[in-house]
Amino acid sequence: MKLAATLAFVLAVVATPREAFWAFGVHAALVAGAAAAGRIPPGFLLRRLLVETPFLLFAVFLPFLGSGERLEVLGISLSRQGLWAAWNIVAKATLGAAASVILAATTRVPDLLKAFTRLHFPRVLTAMMGFMVRYLDVVIGELGRMRTALRSRAYRPRWIGEARALAAVAGTLFVRSYERGERVYLAMQARGYRGVMPELEAAAAPARQWIGAGAAIALAAAVASLAWMLR
Amino acid sequence: MSVPTIALQGVTFSYPDGRRALDGVDLHIHPGERVALLGPNGAGKTTLVLHLNGILTPQRGTVEVAGIPVTRENFVEVRRRVGIVFQDPDDQVFMPTVREDVAFGPANLGLRGADLEARVETALTAVGMQERRDRAPHHLSFGERRLVAIATVLAMEPEILVLDEPSANLDPAGRRELAGVLRRLGLTMLMVTHDLPYALQLCDRAVVMGAGRIAADGPIEEILADQSLMAAHRLELPLGFDLDLVLRLRREVGGPAA
Repeated sequence: MKLAATLAFVLAVVATPREAFWAFGVHAALVAGAAAAGRIPPGFLLRRLLVETPFLLFAVFLPFLGSGERLEVLGISLSRQGLWAAWNIVAKATLGAAASVILAATTRVPDLLKAFTRLHFPRVLTAMMGFMVRYLDVVIGELGRMRTALRSRAYRPRWIGEARALAAVAGTLFVRSYERGERVYLAMQARGYRGVMPELEAAAAPARQWIGAGAAIALAAAVASLAWMLR
Repeated sequence: MSVPTIALQGVTFSYPDGRRALDGVDLHIHPGERVALLGPNGAGKTTLVLHLNGILTPQRGTVEVAGIPVTRENFVEVRRRVGIVFQDPDDQVFMPTVREDVAFGPANLGLRGADLEARVETALTAVGMQERRDRAPHHLSFGERRLVAIATVLAMEPEILVLDEPSANLDPAGRRELAGVLRRLGLTMLMVTHDLPYALQLCDRAVVMGAGRIAADGPIEEILADQSLMAAHRLELPLGFDLDLVLRLRREVGGPAA
């Protein structure tokens, strides 16, 4: 449910025309409301938003590089089109990322996977995502142990000649993961697996959640369409 | 005599590279028995275990589980009856939450809804992991993951529990707790292990394998006391382990004791 709402919200934000500053204000208020409802501290939200930094850096360059009509701001020549493009990216990326962060912070991975299943995502894909989450820790643990073992034998990756060991580590890790995959499959077979993941019940979202999120989405969508009409 | 839970008759198996792993194995395990399968690495223990539920099938000879021949059309029935707990719980416990993983086996058997819930609950309670129900497996300790792995198999209500190195990588307390759980379950059991004191603690019969054959089969006290047999199959009790003392204590307490 939250998953569907987040997707819809991001779509509404993207569809909002960039000239409508007030519309982005409403969207931002919605995100802030959701964050408050999920009891997410603002600091946490801001830290997680750092992932969009590369996009923002790109946006910062746009006013300098953009073409067309130019403006003088504090003695620097800026492109009007570039400014609009930058604003567009900053506003939409921040709102979209914030919505996703709120989703990720308030939802446990298993619930997220169930949500994908309920939205009729192909079960093979959700199963693969599940495996990825489950075994990421295992593989990272293996990598960590191999690094420790290398370092214990006084390995210091200083020059290119020593990079060979890293390639060997990557290869070993791949082979080990592959073999583990086979063992997991064997263990699944031993418990009666015959090629289809059993359909386990997924918890339906309570009606109250639907109404709350539905209202937020409706508002975001209304704001987006209204902004287009007032243009 | 009762129908044996496991009956192997002249089972022979070679791997594709030509290495003969099993060479005419005859083995019967009856309901209620707790058997230790001992032998050096490469003796064919794991290969034998994989024959018990049809993951490998013999090139010669037959395997029967509770009177049902292990053939392709009986795989589901056989896999329900033989619960294999693999050595590395990370290989066995793969779903995002403990509950879903324990439900995986019975769901494959077609259970749904309240029946499925009840199975999961019973299995988790049997190993004392009911509190961990909604946790992600990678957030559990190694000992807890091993117990969950056992629960995943118990949820299928097997007739025999097959354990591959159950005490491997456990700390002493985890070892003791697992022994308690296994003894409480009271299931027919086949345990592959190098951990001879643990085998003595939990099993009453021992089968020794060497070079793909059954080299010895008898009461575990007699097998462990036979020094030439032990030496011939690279079996050794830990330094300082006093078999006579343990056996005397065992006789005094009655039944397999710690």
